[in-house]
Parts: sequence; C-alpha cells; structure tokens
Amino acid sequence: MGLDLLPRPNPRGPRIGLALIAIAVVLLAIGSYIGLFRAPPEHYMGEVQRIMYVHVPTAWNAMLALTVAFVCALVFLFKPSWKWDARLEAALEVGVILAFLLCVQGSIWAKPTWGVWWDWDPRLTTTAVMLAAFLGILALRRFVEDPIKRATWSAVGTIVAFADVPIVYFSVRWWNSLHQTQSTPETVDSAMVLPLRINAFGVLFLMVGFLMLRSWLAQRRLAQELAPPPETSRPSTSEERSLASTLELGGDAR
Amino acid sequence: MAVVVFGATALLLLSFAVGPNATALRQLAGGFLWVALLFSSTLALAESFRAETEQKALEGLLLLPTTPVALFYAKALANWLQLLLVGMGLLPVLVILYDPDLARLPEICGILALGSAGLSAPGTLYAGMASQVRAQQVLLPLLLFPLVVPVLLAAVKASSLLLLGDPMGQVGSWALLLLTFNGIFWPLCGLLFGAVIEE
Repeated sequence: MGLDLLPRPNPRGPRIGLALIAIAVVLLAIGSYIGLFRAPPEHYMGEVQRIMYVHVPTAWNAMLALTVAFVCALVFLFKPSWKWDARLEAALEVGVILAFLLCVQGSIWAKPTWGVWWDWDPRLTTTAVMLAAFLGILALRRFVEDPIKRATWSAVGTIVAFADVPIVYFSVRWWNSLHQTQSTPETVDSAMVLPLRINAFGVLFLMVGFLMLRSWLAQRRLAQELAPPPETSRPSTSEERSLASTLELGGDAR
Repeated sequence: MAVVVFGATALLLLSFAVGPNATALRQLAGGFLWVALLFSSTLALAESFRAETEQKALEGLLLLPTTPVALFYAKALANWLQLLLVGMGLLPVLVILYDPDLARLPEICGILALGSAGLSAPGTLYAGMASQVRAQQVLLPLLLFPLVVPVLLAAVKASSLLLLGDPMGQVGSWALLLLTFNGIFWPLCGLLFGAVIEE
C-alpha cells in the first residue's frame, strides 16, 4: 500500500507556490483597480455592486477548491498515498477559508442592498451549510490521532459532504429564495467583464498558490509524524539528560 | 426508552421558548418535533456503537464471514427502527404540549419514516467514526448536523404542511426530496463504511 512510503515534500513546492501568489497579487491589483475606478457603477445598485469583482471570483474558487478536495478524497480512497492526504487537507482548508470569506463579503453586500446582513437564500444558506460541514471535517482531523484513520475518515467525510451540497442547494431553493439570478457575460457590460475575469484568475492563482504551500507543509508535518523514532542509546532531550545526571549524582552519593 | 424521555424533555423545553401562546405553539409543532428528534438521534446513534467499542467487539464482528457492508445495513436498519419508534413515542407528547391537528396521522408517520431513515444512514456512518474517538459527544453532531440540513428542512416542511393543512399539495415534493436523500445516502454510506471500520 502507498501508505508505507513516507511522504517526500517537493523542495521546489514553496517556491512555485510563492511565485503563483505573487502573480495573483499583481492580477488582483490590476483587476481591482479597473473594477474600482474604470468600470461604470451599476444602474440600480450603484457603487455597492463593485464588491462583485471579488465576491464572484471568491465564489467560483471556493467551489473549485472544495471540488479539488473531493477529487483528492476519491483518489486517496482508491489509491492511498500520503501525498493525496496532504493535498486533501490543503484543499479543505483553502476551501473553508474561501467559503468563509464568501459569507463575509456576501453579508457586506447584502446589508446596503437587501437591508439585512443575512437572508435564507439558497446560495447563501448552501454556502453556510457547506462551511459548517467542511469545518466539521477539519475538526475531525484534529480529533483523530492515528494518521491512517485520520486520512481515511476525512476522505470519507469529504465525499459525503460534497454529495450533500446539491441536495442542500435544492432543498433551500424550494424553501425560500431572494438571491440575484446568475449573470452571464451577455447580460453584463464588457467594461465589467474584464475586471471580473482578471480578478477571477487572480483568486485562482492565489488559491493554487496557497494549496501548494499548504500541502507542502502538510507533507512535511506527516513526514515528521510518521518518521520512525531515532534509535539512539544516549538520552536525547535535555530533560532526559538532566534526569540521567541526577540519577548518576545519586549513585555517586551512595 | 431513555431517548424518548430525552426527546420529550426537549419538546417541553422548546415549548417554553414560545410561551403559552396556543396558536404559535400549534404552528411550530412540526419544527419542534424534528429538532427534538434530531437531538435524540445523536444519543441513539452514539449508543448503537458503544457496546462494540467497549469490549472491542467490533473487531470480533469484523472477523465473522460477513462484509462491512452487511454490518452497516444491519446497524443502519436498527437505528432507523429505533428513531422511528422514538418519533412515534414523541407524537403523544407533541399532542399534549402543542395541540396540533393530527387528522393526517398515517402521512405524518410516513414522513417520520422517511426522515428518520435520512438521519440514520449518515448517522450510522459517522457514529462508527465517532465511537473510536475520545471527543465522541462533540464530533458526532458536528459532522452530522450540517449534513442532514436537507432532511430537517424537508421533514419540517412536510410535517408542518400535514399538521396545518396543505392547500397547494406540496407535501409530495418534500417527500420526494426525502426519498432522493435516502436514495443517495443509503448506498453511498454503505459503500464508504468499509473504509471507516477496517484497519
């Protein structure tokens, strides 16, 4: 089984990740500049609409990150290896953070537009339920000490939670609805599409960059956790050394 | 039995949240029934694996010439039956405290059956995980509650419609949603259960 092999984090991982994050920062700066100063304000919502240039890319990438987590979970269950467990952990964490940001941005936008911070709209509620479900899996990872059980269970939990997302969406949609219907490039002015596209790629690079950094970190942690204990005859920690010296002193006194 | 008493206490406490307003109580009866059942379900589900983990009996069960899949469906069916009985046991308490109109009792029992089935399939899967962890009482609701939001929504909506009258005939579509949830999660959780309990 692939779990017998210790994870070997790619030494170039952090460098590529950081490079992607740097590109993302540049893209987000350009996209947000165009979105904030060049694009026209929306007819009905006015300046508030400009949050769309971060909100919509965050939504797309939150979905994408959690889909990556689902794929990692599937691959792990069929072909177990620590690499995919590390990637699963990274994708879960990045996805949860993006989903959280999505809820926060949505609330900021909803207050001036709908007059309330929160509403029981399908997409909003689905995001919140998704956030809670995947946070539960991150909590599960903290509670389970055995690395093999932790990896398998979080993969199982991810698959179950991901399968639940469409059902939650439809159930809430039948239950209540208020959110904007999705816009397509045809219904949106071209001056608004450009900053949206740039920012979408910006958040995408940011997400992939963080994913790479986080999975590199997870692999290093796993390597440390799974490494066999060093076989030394001499006491290693300072505590043990001081204990040994006390015992020796006691022996001398006798 | 202890689970029914717990659920009844939950119903009693929830009625205090509303106060002695007969109309409001009647309107909220469907929702409170399911919240009480959901809380009781975590007790029942956690209990269903306690005997196995205490004496390491789960490992003994795995040595039997059966598959984990069979073990899952046995556990899940037992949990379903137990939750259904708890739900039925809560109905008289609901009548006394909230005075709902139980004219469509058979349909309500049908929704109870579908909803408790929806709770027990993922519930059994997660109880199998949680039973092997120290923080069992925290972990099971943390994992289960977000997952069963559709069950809760559909069951609450359907039972409220059955209790308060259904002029638009919407109960059928909510029952269909519950059926879909069960249709997805009973096979899926059965497939994944092997990965959870095997070493």
